[in-house]
Amino acid sequence: MGGRKLCPDEKLDVREILRDLEHYRPRRRGWVWREKLPPGTSLGPFEYQQISRPLERSVPLPAAKHFRGIDPQPEMVVTTEIASGRFEDDIRRMRMAAWHGADHIMVIRTTGQSHFDGLIEGTPEGVGGVPITRKQVRATRKALDLIEDEVGRPINFHSYVSGVAGPEIAVLFAEEGVNGAHQDPQYNVLYRNVNMYRSFVDAAVAKTLMQWAGMAQIDGAHNANATAREAWKVMPELMVQHAINCVYSVKVGMAKENICLSTVPPTAPPAPEMRLDLPYAVALRRLFAGYRFRAQMNTKYIESSTREATVTHALNLMLSRLTSADIQSTITPDEGRNVPWHYNNIAALDTAKQLLVGLDGLRSMVRLDDSPDGELERKAREITERAVLFLEEILDVGGYFEAVRRGFFVDSGMYPERNGDGIARDPEGGVAAGTIVPRDPDYMAPVCAHFGENHLPEGTRADQPCDLIGGCTLCNPEKIVYIDELDPTDNVESRLAALEAGPPGVVYPEVEWAQDRVVTMTMFWPLDEARAEAAALETARRLGLEEPKAIHKEVMHPAEGTLVEVKGKVPFGIELASLRIPEEHKTLSPDEIRGFVKERGVKVVAATVGQDEHSVGLREILDIKHGGIEGFGIECHYLGTSCPVEKLVNAAIEVGADAILISTIITHADVHRMNMKKLADLCVEKGIRDKVLLVAGGTQVTWDIAAESGMDGGFGRGTRGIDVASFLVRKLREKEAGAGNRTGPGAGAGAGAGEGEGARARARARAGEGAATGADAGAEPGAGAAG
Amino acid sequence: MMRPDDFEERRRHLAGMSDEELARYFWELADRVVQPLVDLARTHTSPSIERSVLLRMGFSSLEAKAIVDKCVEKGLLGKGAGHVVWKLASARGMSVREAGVALAEGRMWDEVAGLFGAGR
Repeated sequence: MGGRKLCPDEKLDVREILRDLEHYRPRRRGWVWREKLPPGTSLGPFEYQQISRPLERSVPLPAAKHFRGIDPQPEMVVTTEIASGRFEDDIRRMRMAAWHGADHIMVIRTTGQSHFDGLIEGTPEGVGGVPITRKQVRATRKALDLIEDEVGRPINFHSYVSGVAGPEIAVLFAEEGVNGAHQDPQYNVLYRNVNMYRSFVDAAVAKTLMQWAGMAQIDGAHNANATAREAWKVMPELMVQHAINCVYSVKVGMAKENICLSTVPPTAPPAPEMRLDLPYAVALRRLFAGYRFRAQMNTKYIESSTREATVTHALNLMLSRLTSADIQSTITPDEGRNVPWHYNNIAALDTAKQLLVGLDGLRSMVRLDDSPDGELERKAREITERAVLFLEEILDVGGYFEAVRRGFFVDSGMYPERNGDGIARDPEGGVAAGTIVPRDPDYMAPVCAHFGENHLPEGTRADQPCDLIGGCTLCNPEKIVYIDELDPTDNVESRLAALEAGPPGVVYPEVEWAQDRVVTMTMFWPLDEARAEAAALETARRLGLEEPKAIHKEVMHPAEGTLVEVKGKVPFGIELASLRIPEEHKTLSPDEIRGFVKERGVKVVAATVGQDEHSVGLREILDIKHGGIEGFGIECHYLGTSCPVEKLVNAAIEVGADAILISTIITHADVHRMNMKKLADLCVEKGIRDKVLLVAGGTQVTWDIAAESGMDGGFGRGTRGIDVASFLVRKLREKEAGAGNRTGPGAGAGAGAGEGEGARARARARAGEGAATGADAGAEPGAGAAG
Repeated sequence: MMRPDDFEERRRHLAGMSDEELARYFWELADRVVQPLVDLARTHTSPSIERSVLLRMGFSSLEAKAIVDKCVEKGLLGKGAGHVVWKLASARGMSVREAGVALAEGRMWDEVAGLFGAGR
């Protein structure tokens, strides 16, 4: 029932997830916070104040290799929002996200589901999100159960309990182990034009169910910020919206610790962001002490520049560290230009991890100015007073519904200023108007987790109304009715079949969906904006990209040039069998290397060759001080810089070296390739080619260049001594194992094999047929964050 | 409605409050705004709420929709859709499941009307 364990080397098998889904039950319900470690906990060479238990498997930040590969995880839950429209693609992205530190996966719903009066079933394809159905939710929860086992940390699954089917969705989520949800009746009223009476009546039952399931609730206040014309002026109103949902939730029985305020820094540079947003963040956390804070990132001011978005989000993370957050949301840097792509979810997660860890313990050194007449305190007080005045006026005009009718909300004036551009709704209008009815004096609902008047027959236990029917689905999950599919064509099976109909063993690039074939290109054109864009699109077309579109433009100078990013679809797939993969250089353990060297003895001669005085790189590889190969007991004969190749080969013969290591930094006129070839040729000439391993290193050296130039191995930038030592040990072992049953030149000669492979690969590489996916990524800027 | 920022004038009665008093006042006001909303919810129901009851009773989304649509049509939603199913099952000695499936298929509604005194 639990499904096969995931193996890090294998892709997630969607069919395995779908198998026997009918009988799948979630392993737990309720929200899980991270396991915080005590301040001062050591990780690698450092002590941290704000980290949580590390993951068992993860991808650390790129610079971690300089710090023993540590991957400190911040203490707060970190969110990623996933919204491709196909859950089978989303779950693969969830797995990648989990490896990068996400433990709160927020699944965006398909456009229009909030107006669907009932539950959707099956796995139809969505737009800008997935249709939330039992099958989709169950499959996703099942996949997340496997993924959380793989990374070693519980993952919270989250979606939306809003729209006109809120109570039913809440039942579904409670039954299926969904751990968190947006629930805020004001969101329906203001942004989805759902009738306001219906929205609040439904919300009470939905919240009661969420409380039963221990779900975390996130409110919808951040949408006022994303919607208002002058977003930084809605701060007093945001406090009012938070308060209405918080008080409503508490009154229907939700625990404060499950109620999260969705708070967003309202503005972004070039506004003086910190001075505007910090007082608000401080005032909010003070006023709502006891509730939880979900720090959303700004979506209002994201344009097509992923760089600009990332900097705004970095400031948002700074604000989280200067104040506090229980859940840190992330917004993908491409949200301003398309539905988020796989790697942009990861970019956003890495940005959050990098900032939160980089700012670890900031408040132990930096204090906010709390003097009463300082700017921070004065502003915080003013925002709170404005919010109080807002509430006073709601009561003055006759209450919440009347205030909405009069357009109090999402007005771009800084309350009590009013600009007359708020969202006004008719209490008698909107979607599903006129659908609530008074409960009769004998109203009765024989189920658990219900809210409101419920006239149970005499003798029924008040806390167990489902005794009347022999148990409800919450108490007795076997009663849940699972519907597989209702639509015979629009479902996951037909989508998988379409993918599998393509030629076997052919792989396509993707950004969002399997086989979407989308790639991007970045170009600088020494032209004005309009002509640069035209030139970039023409370039993409001539290179064979289908449906090219400019996704970002940035003027460097009106006349001197423009940066253009273009996306398009590659018209072919790549046959896996045709790929030539450079020999894998996995490192061995230091003990294994030392053992081998001690037993056998390994000698190398090394030098920087040609007219090259750059010695630092090679010294790093050799020197015991720098973790070089000497440290493993390898005997190194270093011949210095600008060493002639002949001198090296003679030295190798003289000492009986097992390997010759050359370093070549200068690449002018391909001198690095020429030196490699010369070395290889000379070794052949002197009759020692099969006795010595030839290794080249340098910043511009790659495995392929080295192999093509007759070397056994090539090492580029970032190589450490252990990489070279591991290579030598493995090669020497291979050689000696091979010597027993193989003879003749070329046994184990990597370079020759590589050339042959490459020629064959080129011959076989041909433009394949486009896959029948037919799905464009589409561009729905900014829609994903609403919620 | 357009209104210039008259904050300085409006805030006069707040000026003398300490931060704690201001916060207390904020929550008192919020409570007064919200209480009528909660009262509305306690005394009313909706098609979605009633479908959510039927889901919890072990009916599929399709069955729940069919039963609730009929309840609306017959003016019985205020009794509670789960109540309707339960009452029919009790009166006829059927299982709750059998009663609900019959109602979802459009059967036995006349009987239900009788049980609740002809509905509306």
